[in-house]
Amino acid sequence: MNKVLVIFRRELRSYFATPLAYVFIVIFLVLAAVFTFQVGGFFERGQADLQPFFRWHPWLYLVLIPAISMRLWAEERNSGSIELLMTLPITLWQAVLGKFLAAWCFAGIALMLTFPIWITVNYLGSPDNGAIVAAYVGSLLMAGGFLSIGMCLSAATRNQVVAFITAALVGFVFLLAGFPLVLDFVRGILPQAIVDAIASLSFFTHFEAISRGVIDLRDLIYFGALIGFWLAATALVLDMKKAE
Amino acid sequence: MITTKHLSKRYGDKLAVDDLTFSVAPGEVLGFLGANGAGKSTTMRMIAGFIAPSRGEVSVCGHDIERAPVAAKSCMGYLPEGAPSYGEMTVSEFLDFVADVRGLTGELRRLRRGVVVDRLGLGPVIHQVIETLSKGFRRRVGLAQALIHDPQVLILDEPTDGLDPNQKHEVRRLINELSKDKLVIVSTHILEEVHEVCTRAIIIADGRIVADESPTALEARSRYHHAVSLRFERTEQHEAARREIALLPEVAEVESDARELRLTAVPKPGANTLAAVSAIIVKNNWDVPELHLESGRLDEVFRSLTQPPGIAVSDAAQGADA
Repeated sequence: MNKVLVIFRRELRSYFATPLAYVFIVIFLVLAAVFTFQVGGFFERGQADLQPFFRWHPWLYLVLIPAISMRLWAEERNSGSIELLMTLPITLWQAVLGKFLAAWCFAGIALMLTFPIWITVNYLGSPDNGAIVAAYVGSLLMAGGFLSIGMCLSAATRNQVVAFITAALVGFVFLLAGFPLVLDFVRGILPQAIVDAIASLSFFTHFEAISRGVIDLRDLIYFGALIGFWLAATALVLDMKKAE
Repeated sequence: MITTKHLSKRYGDKLAVDDLTFSVAPGEVLGFLGANGAGKSTTMRMIAGFIAPSRGEVSVCGHDIERAPVAAKSCMGYLPEGAPSYGEMTVSEFLDFVADVRGLTGELRRLRRGVVVDRLGLGPVIHQVIETLSKGFRRRVGLAQALIHDPQVLILDEPTDGLDPNQKHEVRRLINELSKDKLVIVSTHILEEVHEVCTRAIIIADGRIVADESPTALEARSRYHHAVSLRFERTEQHEAARREIALLPEVAEVESDARELRLTAVPKPGANTLAAVSAIIVKNNWDVPELHLESGRLDEVFRSLTQPPGIAVSDAAQGADA
């Protein structure tokens, strides 16, 4: 476990060694605010909750999380440092886990910096803070889901742009699967069981529930399993083509 | 101790490394030679555990690289080709990271860090970002990283590539010092380096071992082994000598360089050319300011072993450029 921590620390520090981290955080906060106040109608609704804030997170993550995940392995591949990393006395899993946790922690830091919105809503009224905590947890879990997908696709290429685009695409599919528009369309052709299966694969369905303040064990298991699956896929991809 | 057995690597249809079996003992410095694309780096990457062999096995310090990769990697220091590192880190941060991964702590860590920084002259750049360093310094950072845990086994893929002559000399001296109690494998295509640092050389071509012996034994394979080189002062003597030495029964062939007024008498196998050439110089009273016995030319041996026979022959015929 100690070695996971070493990889984690190096990786997290490397985010802040370049302007990427600061640019990301600023863009994330600005967009989150724009969506909450302008598009979401935070004030106009006249309700003391953060629904207008959390509602847009899936879309924010769709575009912004690939920017965090794209460099994870593509950069190592491109600079050749992957050869150094993989010949140090660590296991593949320790490297994958350390890097993932660093990226996740970074996303968590960006998410935490949205706290003024929480303070604002508490100043204006008396929201259900338990529900808000739950929504934050759900949002963090969803960020982890997007990140694990992005990391796997980053492992498959040495080009960060390709990693970004493919991650956004696959993330889009995972989001869209839960949309009423898509579900209504498939409901016409496929039996209900399969429609439910598709819907249950979506980030949207699971995040929706948590963002309303309901933490269901099934949603937690979903995100846990999703992240586990994509991390395993990352390890597999690396093992197969790390030298290419 | 490193042992490889029937080590092979296949990329699609191409066999990059074909059935390599050898072992290296502590105290040996093995030079790994071969043309570009001969399979040097692929072999070193398999030994270092970066890529898995298609067939065969590698054992380092008694640990199988596939079954016990962490134990094998722990006892080895590896400098990958091109000395990659994390460009955005400073030298100090990077060495700390490697020391952390290698599990170095306390006094030993402080000591080893000091030793590598000192030995590789990284003091002046210790707080500089690696990206901004010159190629030579980056190479030295890579070497420092490979040495920081004082490994029993060192694998260096082209350690002197991109260094200036002084730095090259320094790295070779370092390797010579290390080799007292360690096992070092160095890949290179600089042949003078083989003579300076290696106790043994393996030449590979098309993924196969074509020679495995000491540098001296390799030189003895050269057609220039025990050849006599001489330089003249006057053109007419150079001309006369060229004709007369060619007639000596001990001499197989005379190569001439008219511009530098040099001759090289290539011996027949086992013949004592030096005595014969000396005698003829004395007899004709030529002015010969320079005369020496060659031990052999590694580059010529290298070419004859790594090129298809047809090319090697025509090349050797023109090869009078010494």
